[in-house]
Amino acid sequence: MTAATHDEHHAGPPSSFLDRWLFTTNHKDIGTLYLLFALLMFFVGGAMAMVIRAELFQPGMQLVDPYFFNQMTTMHALVMIFGAVMPAFVGLANWMIPIQIGAPDMALPRMNNWSFWILPFAFAIMLATFLMPGGALAGGWTMYPPLMLQHGMAFPFAIFAIHLLGISSIMGAINVVATILNMRAPGMTLMKMPLFVWTWLITAYLIIAVMPVLAGAITMLLTDQYFGTSFFSAAGGGDPVMYQHIFWFFGHPEVYIMILPAFGIVSAIIPTFARKPLFGYSSMVYAVASIAFLSFIVWAHHMFTVGMPLAGELFFMYATMLIAVPTGVKVFNWIATMWRGAMTFETPMLFAIGFVILFTIGGLSGIMLAIAPADYQYHDTYFVVAHFHYVLVTGAVFSLFAAAYYWLPKWTGHMYDERLGKWHFWLSVITVNVLFFPQHFLGLAGMPRRIPDYAVQFTEFNMISSIGGFAFGLSQLIFVWVVIKCIRGGEKATDQVWEGARGLEWTLSSPPPYHSFTTPPKIESSAGLEGSPR
Amino acid sequence: MSENREQPKRHGRTVGKLLAVAFGMFAFGFALVPLYQVICEVTGLNGFVSNRIVNEPMPEVDKSRTVTVEFLANVGGGANWEFRPTVRTMEVHPGEIYTTSYYARNPAGDAAAAQASYSVAPGNAARYFGKPDCFCFTRQEFDAGEGRDMPVTFFVSPNLPANVNRVTLAYTFHELAN
Repeated sequence: MTAATHDEHHAGPPSSFLDRWLFTTNHKDIGTLYLLFALLMFFVGGAMAMVIRAELFQPGMQLVDPYFFNQMTTMHALVMIFGAVMPAFVGLANWMIPIQIGAPDMALPRMNNWSFWILPFAFAIMLATFLMPGGALAGGWTMYPPLMLQHGMAFPFAIFAIHLLGISSIMGAINVVATILNMRAPGMTLMKMPLFVWTWLITAYLIIAVMPVLAGAITMLLTDQYFGTSFFSAAGGGDPVMYQHIFWFFGHPEVYIMILPAFGIVSAIIPTFARKPLFGYSSMVYAVASIAFLSFIVWAHHMFTVGMPLAGELFFMYATMLIAVPTGVKVFNWIATMWRGAMTFETPMLFAIGFVILFTIGGLSGIMLAIAPADYQYHDTYFVVAHFHYVLVTGAVFSLFAAAYYWLPKWTGHMYDERLGKWHFWLSVITVNVLFFPQHFLGLAGMPRRIPDYAVQFTEFNMISSIGGFAFGLSQLIFVWVVIKCIRGGEKATDQVWEGARGLEWTLSSPPPYHSFTTPPKIESSAGLEGSPR
Repeated sequence: MSENREQPKRHGRTVGKLLAVAFGMFAFGFALVPLYQVICEVTGLNGFVSNRIVNEPMPEVDKSRTVTVEFLANVGGGANWEFRPTVRTMEVHPGEIYTTSYYARNPAGDAAAAQASYSVAPGNAARYFGKPDCFCFTRQEFDAGEGRDMPVTFFVSPNLPANVNRVTLAYTFHELAN
């Protein structure tokens, strides 16, 4: 394989630190920056979650005042969604898409640099609102008016920050689409692409379609507040419920933006460690596409209680439940891939299996929430909190850990510490259930979300949940340790790294050369590119 | 290598199309605003009262049926106004025109203006609730400390779905700037 050849005059990274990282246009460097930034934000958002769980350890007001508590819930969500999960997936896209499709780099390397370097500035603005008079946003990450319009200075700053984040992710998404559509190696047809690339292609389209809608919604909030419009103000003939419709028109596809790449990751890892080709490749692609389509017509299930007519509730209920069908296809295919496979359980596989089981629990509680008449009971309770943390933490975040362990040896050239990785997995998977499972019971018993105090009968489950929370938070430090250790050294990784790994990225050296695939690789056979052996 | 020279052109086309989609979706976000109003008006969803029924020919009065109309009053945005219906409920026959009134008083030491927004519940009754004349159609000016009754003329259409026997008319009184 001559894929590792590269121009002699353009061999490695620039030697100066600033040139290397600030001005870089290299997809691997930018991917690394994204991933490290996401890891940092994961701990910033995690620290906020720790404050929330500490306050909720006992009923009554203990540690923080209620207004600060509300800032914690709001900013935890914004940081985790826009700072941790989305940039982490974009980082993986940057690193993996070019080397999975045999391209030398992303299609638009300069824009790539720009879309990353917007992020630290956007988050500097967003986090600086904590220091402003009136504190940070406290009205929930959904930013519903009129409550949203009652913030102090944080309001315009946070909106500006979210505009920047939107611009950054739209640029990133355009880059991904251009790379995938225009830069595949000869012979790499769409239906031969690895599923991670497929899921990212569809995710990128979702980002391009809905981030501008969010931008529009928050621009309307801004003009309502400062320029005398009344899109959402009843006094001027507007309607605050309309904001919810526009927001969730963005918000529901956003949920899939945070989970579709996870599907791609798991679809790469399970075949590798089951040593069998992925079961039902094309049905996986169609399932992802139909989930993406359905995500546009189910938004009002987030707002069943606003007083919709019966016909609307029925439509959104059935459309939502329909999503269970393609999702069920995917879960079935993952299980069928493992069926009678020669499985081994290295850390990436453990996280992938944890993903399949726990994400499915989150999916099933989602179906419970989709039942409109039942949702009147569950709406805005801890049941909702439990549901979306199952799909986002044990779903999106677990898939990110799986991806990190899976590709770390490829990125660094060193094997990570398997023993520590297993500790990280087992501690995480136990504590995350201690953390979130009791929240189902709390919600069904009627404990509302976003409240710093609660009735005494909720005490036990909250204590259990908080203990799980602290333990889960601490367990994540193991991951940082593993990553640092792996970057610094360790057992040398082979090119293929994993016995069952198939696909172009495993034909490169570990770590891959700074510039890879400057001459496009040959795609030999039809099979073998979706991570399937032989 | 000719393919390499064509790459930037292809990227340009792709980026152009995708940017167009992004801008189009930004515009679509704003287009949702009138779309939402139209859908609410046509269907009467969300208690939005189109009042179109006022211009339609009136069917005969249905003396055999009685519908209870409830009147609610809210004051918007934490303002200090006194605002209440003069009667809480009325028993009405569909097709007949009635008049009632709301009382409002400006508590402040300055002249002020206010306007009421309205909604009808249940949502599927909104289409059949007509208001030929209403204080909510215009801006209401008040002198300092002034209080007065403001009339509303309304009727319920005989086409009101048979399972609806109670209709609520709610007003929210908003103080207007300057």
